[in-house]
Amino acid sequence: MPPALPSYKRSMAPLKMLRKVSDVLWEIPTSFKPGMRVPARIYGTEKLVSEMDAVVFEQVTNVACLPGIVRYALCMPDGHSGYGFPIGGVAAMDIANGGVISPGGIGFDINCGMRLVLTNLTEREVRPRLKELVRMLFQRVPAGVGSAGSVPIRRKEFREVIEKGARWCLERGCGWQEDLDLTESGGCMAGADSSAVSERAIDRGVDQVGTLGSGNHYLEIQVARRENIADEELARSLGIHIADQVVVMFHCGSRGFGHQVASDYLRIFLQVMEQKYGIHVTDRELACAPFDSPEGGNYFAAMQCAVNMSFANRQAILHGIREVFSSVFGRPAERLGMHMVYDVAHNTARIEEHTVDGVRKRLLVHRKGATRAFGPGMAELPDRYRRTGQPVIIGGSMETGSYLLVGVGSGAETFYSTAHGSGRTMSRTRARKLWHGRKLQQDMEKRGIYVLSTSWTGLAEEARDAYKSIDEVVRATELAGISRPVVRFDPIGNIKG
Amino acid sequence: MPYEYLEDVAVADIAFRAWGPELDDVFTAAAAATTKIMADDLEAIRPLETREVELRQREPDLLLFDFLQEIVYFKDAERLLLLVDRIRVAAEGASLLLTATLKGERIDPDRHSLRADVKAVTLHGFSLVRTGPYWEATVVLDI
Repeated sequence: MPPALPSYKRSMAPLKMLRKVSDVLWEIPTSFKPGMRVPARIYGTEKLVSEMDAVVFEQVTNVACLPGIVRYALCMPDGHSGYGFPIGGVAAMDIANGGVISPGGIGFDINCGMRLVLTNLTEREVRPRLKELVRMLFQRVPAGVGSAGSVPIRRKEFREVIEKGARWCLERGCGWQEDLDLTESGGCMAGADSSAVSERAIDRGVDQVGTLGSGNHYLEIQVARRENIADEELARSLGIHIADQVVVMFHCGSRGFGHQVASDYLRIFLQVMEQKYGIHVTDRELACAPFDSPEGGNYFAAMQCAVNMSFANRQAILHGIREVFSSVFGRPAERLGMHMVYDVAHNTARIEEHTVDGVRKRLLVHRKGATRAFGPGMAELPDRYRRTGQPVIIGGSMETGSYLLVGVGSGAETFYSTAHGSGRTMSRTRARKLWHGRKLQQDMEKRGIYVLSTSWTGLAEEARDAYKSIDEVVRATELAGISRPVVRFDPIGNIKG
Repeated sequence: MPYEYLEDVAVADIAFRAWGPELDDVFTAAAAATTKIMADDLEAIRPLETREVELRQREPDLLLFDFLQEIVYFKDAERLLLLVDRIRVAAEGASLLLTATLKGERIDPDRHSLRADVKAVTLHGFSLVRTGPYWEATVVLDI
């Protein structure tokens, strides 16, 4: 066996590389490396930032070198090393000034995101039926490697799915009209053009609508306990108003379709980036093209198809969840109060208007493992959230808990972006050596969390201690003024791929 | 097999390195390392289905990148877990030509010890280099 190459080994980053701006904001100046167009800024408490690995700093400063970037390259408190951008990376590109679009700033799992659904059930009512509920959800929502959806879809129909998004599900009776209003962008990106996607991408996604996937994707039954409500009035406005109310949260994306769209355009951008546009990047995962270029435009149109696939995927899953609850509790989903709170993407790039140095600009905001968090009063919010700010759903590890937050007015600093999860601290390869899935399942059951997974090793890789403290991440977003916690949910049932 | 998974390269993703005396060998090892992330017990994959792959590329590393993407593609498009049965990487003018026969079977959750869905092959830290008598690849897969 040849000796290991030394490159790309992760190590803790020294804090002295950073200039402390505040207790929760750290800056890397443009002098850090040649080619940085703007400084990099990392949000997080000293504990969180000191535990980040050095690759995060390398990657966020690579992002700072991209053409058209304005103000700062940002990393959220749950940030960790990824590919291209760090996970938790946010970058806004000035479209009128050569701003680029990069698949590495969105992620392969385009529109990976979160959906939160209410019930009017209490923990006391659900507990006796919990195992039955989890088992039925596990059967109804396919999960795991290569899982296929229960709805057969022809290729021609799939092109409709990716152009219509969640609306396609509603046309087939799989959802309520209000679901669309409570989904970011109404569950459909208007610029989606199926002619910009490859046949191979369709091959990979055509039978995956309504599937969860694997890795850190999950569907969880959770409880809002009184002591975990941070703001009672806000919680009530967002539908949390019963003691020990049960909710359902799930996390998934655009499945093989989105992964292939991103892979296709990564290759296309690698071919044209230097030769045609004279753009040099230090990491090939940052392959990009000007947004206003044929390749950039095609990727944006294809990427929106993947965003739509993901909205449709989560809508189909919601339909399955409502059917299961209805069957178990013997009442229609409407009478179980199964309204959505919100559906929000955390792997995406969107055209938004923001003020930069006093000037309104049309920006392409990349968020990779970061959640949009519009503050109160912002135009794109549904009427019911104009006053509260946008709901932000942050999923934690399956053992610890998750949060509902809202966007705040002071979020302009991050282009109204915040964290998306707790953020991993440990590699999957190490985690599977430390824990065993079956034992973990038994331990969790003793603690009142019933979990089913298609993979014991996959379960072990998701253990609590492979993640940062979600409480610390949420606290950091609050202290930084980029989002505000409303309620923390405790898990009681979980299905994983 | 001539590959190992790396603990300290990727956090949310899975990294491995694979090696072999010739390009054919390192490509075969990297394909096995990729499939093993999806199904832990490679011995349980029976050679019931055959798929032929032909790829051309100037750069050896991008040829490997494209080849591993084929493994990921067949997992979703046809629900197939595949391993290399025969492979040949040879010069063809200024390019390299890869011809491979992949064999395997459809995913069966009852028989295959399933692990994680590989979403994509990333270019983060991706390399294929000749070090002494070996070709060595470092690959990070998005999970």
